[in-house]
Parts: sequence; structure tokens; C-alpha cells
Amino acid sequence: MNRTRSRTWLALAVVAAVYVWAFYGLPAASFKETAGEVTGNIVSGLFHPDWDFVYLPDGEDLLRGLLDTLAIAALGTFVSAVIGVPLAFLAASNQFKRKWYSWPGKAALSFLRTFPEIVMALLFIVAVGPGAFAGVLALGLHSVGMLSKLYSESIENMETGAMEALTATGANRIQTIRFAVIPQILPEFLSYTLYRFEINVRSAAILGAIGAGGIGTPLIFALSTRNWDRVGIILLGIIVTVTIIDAISGYLRKKLV
Amino acid sequence: MKTSTLPPIPKPPSRIKSYLTFALIVLLLWSSGVKTGADFLKLADGLPNIGRLLGEMVPPDWSYFSKITDAMWETIRMAVAGTTFGAALAIPIALLSARNVARSPFLYYPARFILNLVRTVPDLLLAAVFVAIFGIGPWAGIFALTLFSFGLIAKLTYESVEAIDPGPLEAMTAVGANKLQWIHFGVVPQVTGPFVSYFLYTFEVNVRAAAVLGLVGAGGIGLFYERTLGLLKYDKTSSIILFTLAVVLIIDFITVKVREKWL
Repeated sequence: MNRTRSRTWLALAVVAAVYVWAFYGLPAASFKETAGEVTGNIVSGLFHPDWDFVYLPDGEDLLRGLLDTLAIAALGTFVSAVIGVPLAFLAASNQFKRKWYSWPGKAALSFLRTFPEIVMALLFIVAVGPGAFAGVLALGLHSVGMLSKLYSESIENMETGAMEALTATGANRIQTIRFAVIPQILPEFLSYTLYRFEINVRSAAILGAIGAGGIGTPLIFALSTRNWDRVGIILLGIIVTVTIIDAISGYLRKKLV
Repeated sequence: MKTSTLPPIPKPPSRIKSYLTFALIVLLLWSSGVKTGADFLKLADGLPNIGRLLGEMVPPDWSYFSKITDAMWETIRMAVAGTTFGAALAIPIALLSARNVARSPFLYYPARFILNLVRTVPDLLLAAVFVAIFGIGPWAGIFALTLFSFGLIAKLTYESVEAIDPGPLEAMTAVGANKLQWIHFGVVPQVTGPFVSYFLYTFEVNVRAAAVLGLVGAGGIGLFYERTLGLLKYDKTSSIILFTLAVVLIIDFITVKVREKWL
């Protein structure tokens, strides 16, 4: 009783210390005097969006920006699935005789997960130049971290019954994989891939902020030129697109699993 | 004439649907490739660049660590503040979104609609908007993280609230508790654990997010990426990356331990 109580007090003291440290070190909140005005402008931009920007006959418009974003997300997800499947078998502990053989694979995946995708995009921009392709590569490599981890977990949790049954009927290794392993893991793999696609759509929208293609570029440009109606239509475009993608992908995932 | 009494062999299910799906996916990926100008020859050409870049990144400039520690502390402070504000805002809306607490669809559908709306805009774009509003500095980042954490924590929490055991709630109703007492004694004790767990999880996510918010001027260590990459000081960039990885891993380790031990 006494011990749990002193532990509670200790925990509270630690939390209090963290907060004192955090807020004492932050600069006092000081806002530009135009803050209210700009907020008003952005809100009014959301309600009076620049509809003309939706489609411009020549070049950078909303639809093309959004399509670019979706294309980056789709291709990035595909790249990460292609890299992720073989890596998943290397990171699944039940694929080896000794458990720790899977540790290097697991460590590599956790490194990829921690490495921020936007920093990866910065590095790929140095390598292949600015543009959507750098975004694809960054998303593709970063998503492997999460996607392959989920794949490997589903391999680890696989039922062995069906495999044993097929082996008992005299099926060879390839037939076992075709009729026992793939039917079991495929729905989960597809479901995870769709889920990652939803996340990647959001990430792809960000990448434009550093010049890696997609809808982020016109948004940053509109913000810096104070074109609030255009900011409004771009934000609306992102909200609508993400909502639709989430709805479709959620429906498909429900059907899959 | 031979007549069989056996039922006919069932036809295998049509494969057309799978072929169509497959064709659709290939078409989707191919058009995405055209749209993004994906060119793996370009990647092959770029590989030496990547190699050179990685070569210049080692060894990292260890002396640069002392220059970026302040920015790193600011990053963590932003994550603490943003997560806390977001969690505080999330509590009322999570209760309003839960079907078993709010009862009326006129309450929980609008609340969920707001939550879904907030969660569609990615954090870095929120930060860019807040920088335009409040000016460059950590507070723009804190507000972006607040809004982002609010959406995430509220969604996870309302799903936990909907999954709680109805027994204590019925007991509270039976003894005539008013709505606040009902929430305090019936709901809160059951969701405190998950809530703290979601709080810590969001904090982990926010530390990672805060580390890049500086790219749009919203404070923290992200500012230094552009500074060092712009000056082609890749050894300094790699010290930022290593420092960030170390801090993220330490914070993940602490929060995982806290969750395992106390929750």
C-alpha cells in the first residue's frame, strides 16, 4: 500500500518535472498581429474557394496535383510491397530454425520505419532530381518498414494445419505454398497494402512541400503568395480526395478480411 | 441414353473477376508510372549520386551535435505541448462521438464528422498553414501537432469508450447518477488505461513529426535539414539524422516500458 503510493507520487513528480521543463523552455507564445486577419482569410477562402483552379488548360492545377499525389502514393505502395514481401520472410521468426536469425531483418525494418520519409525524399532529390519520382522512391523505401513488419507478423501467425494436411496428401513444396500459404496470407497482405496506401496518400500530399511532386507544391506556393482562395480550394481538394480514398479502401478491406 | 442421378460437378467460380481486377491494378500502376515520370533508368543513373551522398555522410560531423541540441530539445518540447493540448481537446469530443455515451445520432454523427475532417489534412500541411497564420516558430508547429493529436487520440479513445463493459453504466443509472457522475464513475475508470496508452503512442508519433516540421518553418530540428543540405554539408545532415534516430528510439523505448509496466 505504502509502496504503491510512493510510486504514484514519484510518477506524478516525474510528469510534473517533464511539463515544467517543456513549457519553461518554450518561447512565450507571440503571434503576428495579422494572425486573426489571416485566419479569417483562410476560413473565407474555404467557403469561397478559387474554383477556376480546379482545372486550368495549361499546366499546374488542382486535378493534376491530386492525380499526381495519388500516382505517387500508388506507385510508392507498389514498390514497398514488392520489396516488402521477400523481406517479410526474412523477418519472420518461424521461417528459420533459430529465432534470432530473423533479428537482422527486424532491425532493418525498424530502422526504415524510424527514418522520416521526408528526409528520405530530400536525399532522393539529391540523387534523381526534384519531382514526383523522388517522392515515389522515398515513399516506397519508407513504407517497407511498416508494411513488411505487418506482413512478417501475419506470416508468424499463420496456421500450420492446412500446410500439414497438404503435405500429408503428398503435395510438393510449391503446391503447398500455392494452396495452403498463399490463400491464408493473401487477404491480410492485400488489406495491409491498402491500409498503407491510405497513409501514403497523406504522405504524398506532404512531399510537395520540399519539391517532391504532388499537391503540396501548389499549396505552399499559394500560402507564400497569400492567395487564400487558392489555399481554400487546395485544402478542400485534399480533404475530399482523402475522404473518398479512405472510404473506398475501407470498403475493400472490410470485404477482404 | 445415359442418365446420371448424380448432381452435376459444380463449375469452378468464374475467374473473370480476378483477371479484371488484376488488369485494373496493372493499368493503375502503369498510368501512375507515366504520371510521375517514374524511370528506373534514371534511378540507375542516380545510384552513383546516392553512393557519393552516402559517402559524404560518413563520418558524421560529431562537433555539430552541440549546435543542434537546443533545436532537439525544442522538438521534444513541441511534441509534449502538442500532445497535451490535443489530448485535452480530445476528451470531450471522444465522449460526444461514442454511441453509448452520447446516445443521440444528432450528437455523435457531427462529432465524428469533425474528427474525420481533422484527420484528412496531413500534419506538415497543417503546420504550413499555421506558419502562415502565426508566423515562423515553434508555436505554429505546436498548434499543428495539437490538431493532429486531437484527431488521433479522440478517434482511438471513442472506439475504446464504445467497447467498455455496460454493467457499471447500468449500475450507475440504477442508483440515479446524473450524467456527469455517470461518466466519472462509469466510463472514466474503464478507459483511463487505454487513454494514457494512446496518449503515449501519439507522443511517439509527434516526436517523429516534430522533427520534420521545421522544413516549413514550424520550429524544431527540421530547420537544420535545409540549412545543411543547401550548403552541401552532408556530414552535418547525417549528424542530424543520427541524433533524431537516437532520440526517437530512446523515447520509444521509454514509452513502451511505461506502457508495459503501468498499463
